Amino acid sequence: MDFATSSAGYAAPAPSGPTTSVKIVVAGGFGVGKTTFVGAVSEISPLTTEAVMTAASDGIDDLSKVPDKTTTTVAMDFGRVSLDRELILYLFGTPGQNRFWFMWDDLTRGAIGAVVLVDTRRLADCFAAIDYFEDAGLPYIIAVNCFDGVLSHEMDDVREALSVQADVPIVTCDARSRESTKLTLIRLVEHAMSRFAAMR
Amino acid sequence: MTGGRTRARYQLAIEALVTTTPQGRNAGYGLMPEHQRICELCIEIKSLAEIAALMRMPLGVARVMVGDMAESGLIAVQQPGSAEGKPDLALLERVLLGLRNL
Repeated sequence: MDFATSSAGYAAPAPSGPTTSVKIVVAGGFGVGKTTFVGAVSEISPLTTEAVMTAASDGIDDLSKVPDKTTTTVAMDFGRVSLDRELILYLFGTPGQNRFWFMWDDLTRGAIGAVVLVDTRRLADCFAAIDYFEDAGLPYIIAVNCFDGVLSHEMDDVREALSVQADVPIVTCDARSRESTKLTLIRLVEHAMSRFAAMR
Repeated sequence: MTGGRTRARYQLAIEALVTTTPQGRNAGYGLMPEHQRICELCIEIKSLAEIAALMRMPLGVARVMVGDMAESGLIAVQQPGSAEGKPDLALLERVLLGLRNL
């Protein structure tokens, strides 16, 4: 069968070079607005992908021999932004429950960096994410999600409370706004570039 | 669907891009239904994560399937430029420009 002549509508791969992808991780506590953030800038409605974890999975292939095994499905929402004809940015929200670390390696491997979304009413929710990115050496910025434009803490207080270093940018953002999320992503990429330059 | 394997022979990034090859487009109905659907989906380029989400299959299952299909020549996989570490400065500059132009 040869559909080549009858399916002129398909998107042929770009002739000038292969399309490349990059990713940015959006982290933060449950309900802080990660999916809203992803959806604000994504060209597709955020999709959900799932990974299955078993409680005692390491080194055990036959799960029927594990009487008390429990499987947990971890869901991650993600979106997609075409940056130019041959470059696609994926935005991955971390699973809401921070205990699912097994997914985080997959999420962060090769990532540009991470946006840690923070709700100042629940600052402690993002401690685990910050620790993870510090350990992984992944560039990250703190984005304080300002619901209704109200900022209940000064940025310096947030920095102190989270005990992040002075070179980690802290910005405010409105996760519902395309322009605001865009600016937040730009700030992250600039930060990643300055980190890159500093390491050379 | 995966022959009992849960671990892909090589680790595809979740953002790895998948495109159906001419062979995949022409393979038609001899394929497993899942392979056929992935071939249809990836006529327009898709990431591994999108395939898993749209096929409603766990990421690990999609990863194995995509790996098998790439070996059979039905699809072509483009690992991200940054798979072996950090995106380089040139790529970051391109991302920055793309974001500013949004």
